[in-house]
Amino acid sequence: MYRYDEFDHRLVNERVAQFRRQVARRLDGELTEDQFKPLRLMNGLYLQLHAYMLRVNVPYGVLSTRQLRKLAMIARRYDRDYGHFTTRQNIQYNWVSLEDTPDILAALAEVEMTAMQSSGNCVRNITADQYAGRAADELEDPRVWCELIRQYSLLNPEFAYLPRKFKIAVTGSPNDRAAVAVHDIGLRMHHDDNGRAGFEVLVGGGQGRTPVIGRTIRDWIEPEHILSYIEAILRVYNLYGRRDNIYKARIKILVNALGIDKFRELVETEWAALRGGELTIPEEEIERIERYFAPPAWETLFDQGEAMRAQAAAEPEFGAWLEANTAAHKAPGYMIVNLSLKATGHEPGDLDADRMDRVADLADRFSLGELRVSHRQNLVFADVRQQDALELWRALRELGLATPNIGKLTDMIACPGLDYCALANARSIPVAQDISRHFTAVDKLHAIGDLTINISGCMNACGHHHVGNIGILGVDKQGQEFFQLTLGGASDQHAALGDRLGRALPQAEVPAAIERIVDCYLDLRAADETFLDTYRRVGIKPFKAAVYDDTAEVRRVA
Amino acid sequence: MALVKNGELVNDPFRDVTGADTIPPDGAVLVSLEQWQDHCHSLQRRPDPVGVLLESDQHPEIIADDLDQIAVVALAFPTFRDGRAYSYARLLRERYGFTGELRAVGDVLLEQLHYMQRCGFDAFQLDGEDPARDFAIAQSDFSVWYQPASDGRLSALRLRHRRV
Ligand code: SF4
Repeated sequence: MYRYDEFDHRLVNERVAQFRRQVARRLDGELTEDQFKPLRLMNGLYLQLHAYMLRVNVPYGVLSTRQLRKLAMIARRYDRDYGHFTTRQNIQYNWVSLEDTPDILAALAEVEMTAMQSSGNCVRNITADQYAGRAADELEDPRVWCELIRQYSLLNPEFAYLPRKFKIAVTGSPNDRAAVAVHDIGLRMHHDDNGRAGFEVLVGGGQGRTPVIGRTIRDWIEPEHILSYIEAILRVYNLYGRRDNIYKARIKILVNALGIDKFRELVETEWAALRGGELTIPEEEIERIERYFAPPAWETLFDQGEAMRAQAAAEPEFGAWLEANTAAHKAPGYMIVNLSLKATGHEPGDLDADRMDRVADLADRFSLGELRVSHRQNLVFADVRQQDALELWRALRELGLATPNIGKLTDMIACPGLDYCALANARSIPVAQDISRHFTAVDKLHAIGDLTINISGCMNACGHHHVGNIGILGVDKQGQEFFQLTLGGASDQHAALGDRLGRALPQAEVPAAIERIVDCYLDLRAADETFLDTYRRVGIKPFKAAVYDDTAEVRRVA
Repeated sequence: MALVKNGELVNDPFRDVTGADTIPPDGAVLVSLEQWQDHCHSLQRRPDPVGVLLESDQHPEIIADDLDQIAVVALAFPTFRDGRAYSYARLLRERYGFTGELRAVGDVLLEQLHYMQRCGFDAFQLDGEDPARDFAIAQSDFSVWYQPASDGRLSALRLRHRRV
């Protein structure tokens, strides 16, 4: 992974010192809360319902075990013994105090981590495929470009006060695990006929109140020009994005208002002036960064597929885990292993300090001292020897991190919701817990197959409900918490927004409604169709009937 | 309000007449874009320097051809959250070749000075008890930068690969 050199270290330490001064000025009363707010937000510090929340960047989701141990220490010393992994591949602490934050940031700096720009109207943490550099289906390692964009965007003087926040994601695989189509800028790497890499650039995707699937603004750009192209987009956005209404300030609104063609024209005109300038990335810098992400010295191993199948036959629970929680690795004899942070009844994405330490020990032992955070709020060991699979599974099971549900119904994304978030209409976490308690049978989950459920506590959509195969949105009905379901959303290379199923349901009815939807799918599916395949074939009607048919409401509609 | 230019507290020689009905016949003045457009000829013939204030929705491209007649371009920050003038400043310096004074006016806070300076501002209208001290603090925060901007400072990337 990337390691700081003297420049990176100096910059981060200077930023910590600067924030320490800002906090001191606030505590002295020299700054009002109003003046301080944007400063703390630039450093990921939010004021939530009950306490300050600090969001720490995990750049493109890559963590070393040394960093994870530091995160555990922070959870223990400054928080309530746990942290929450987010859909931006970051970690949040929900119970920190303002006075402690400079020390927390200093501790993070020791392990090359920051909270810079994890909030505020600026470029946020760059996200990527959690299997980057390891997936068998990958064309290019996106982390190299994420790191270049990370440096370009940090403390960028021109773009610290954009109209609104700005999110960039990169995938180097045709199977998009980074949801690039719902980002302000999404980058997809392709190869040309000569095998040279380049980017397809998507712009204007996003979730929130006005969900939009991003559109291709340019289908090919050479990698060395990617920063100048991003600068052209950011500048056009900074100049013309709306600033009169925060709900209309994201770049997607600008792109929609101008139309993609006019927007493209503005960007291309700007880029024509920037192209070939200072932002052109020199070959030697690309090579320098690439060296940090060079494949580790994998052992020469043989594929252990057969041996693992035999173990799976002897131990079906292991088999279910193998099927659901592992993925194909580039190197023979290796595999990618997901650690599920979605055990039954557990708060999605939470991990306590003790288990952070234990996970770090396991990553040292089984995965070359590194791990990843996925945008679906799980952890990933990217370099596991297949011959260690059984032993690792046993160790993970003991920690409660081997629930065989990755990509399955109970692998839900849920935002913090009303339990923590000041903007929420409803509690997302208890709904997730109810559903996961409702679907505990492993064989049923296995029979249902790949199906994502995403839950947001309000229309800001931090839980990505628009792009869940089943989306659940908390709404407020005369002070009561209700939940609106959507079907058919997807965030991969065939990204789509979900369709509204019908009237919102009270919390108690949600698990049963999900069950009806799932049973309807199991009834209707042809051969090996996934839920999404079936939904796309048959449409929403049968699902509507399945959920609402015994109620007056639907009889009226029908 | 005090003016800090190139790090020092200075007297502002420009009289702000942007809200006035008439423009005084002599002395250095700061005018609005509308005044500049309406009185372009008389203003250009004045022996004393003229500055133009642009609001945050007035793109400096409008005056790009007049820049050799203009001594000061003042860019307004109606609120510190409105970041358009950072881009205007860079365009003025890097694309339109403006070499005169580039002044930040409006909601200009200590914490933004560093970014402004990097984008090409060299003069700042500041509130506060000790503006020169604020400016010095803002200047001392960082000694390394990731991006090239208008201030000519070498980015970390350039320093890494500088050949000795
Ligand atoms: S979706 Fe709404 S409730 Fe959930 S975290 Fe975001 S703002 Fe809060």
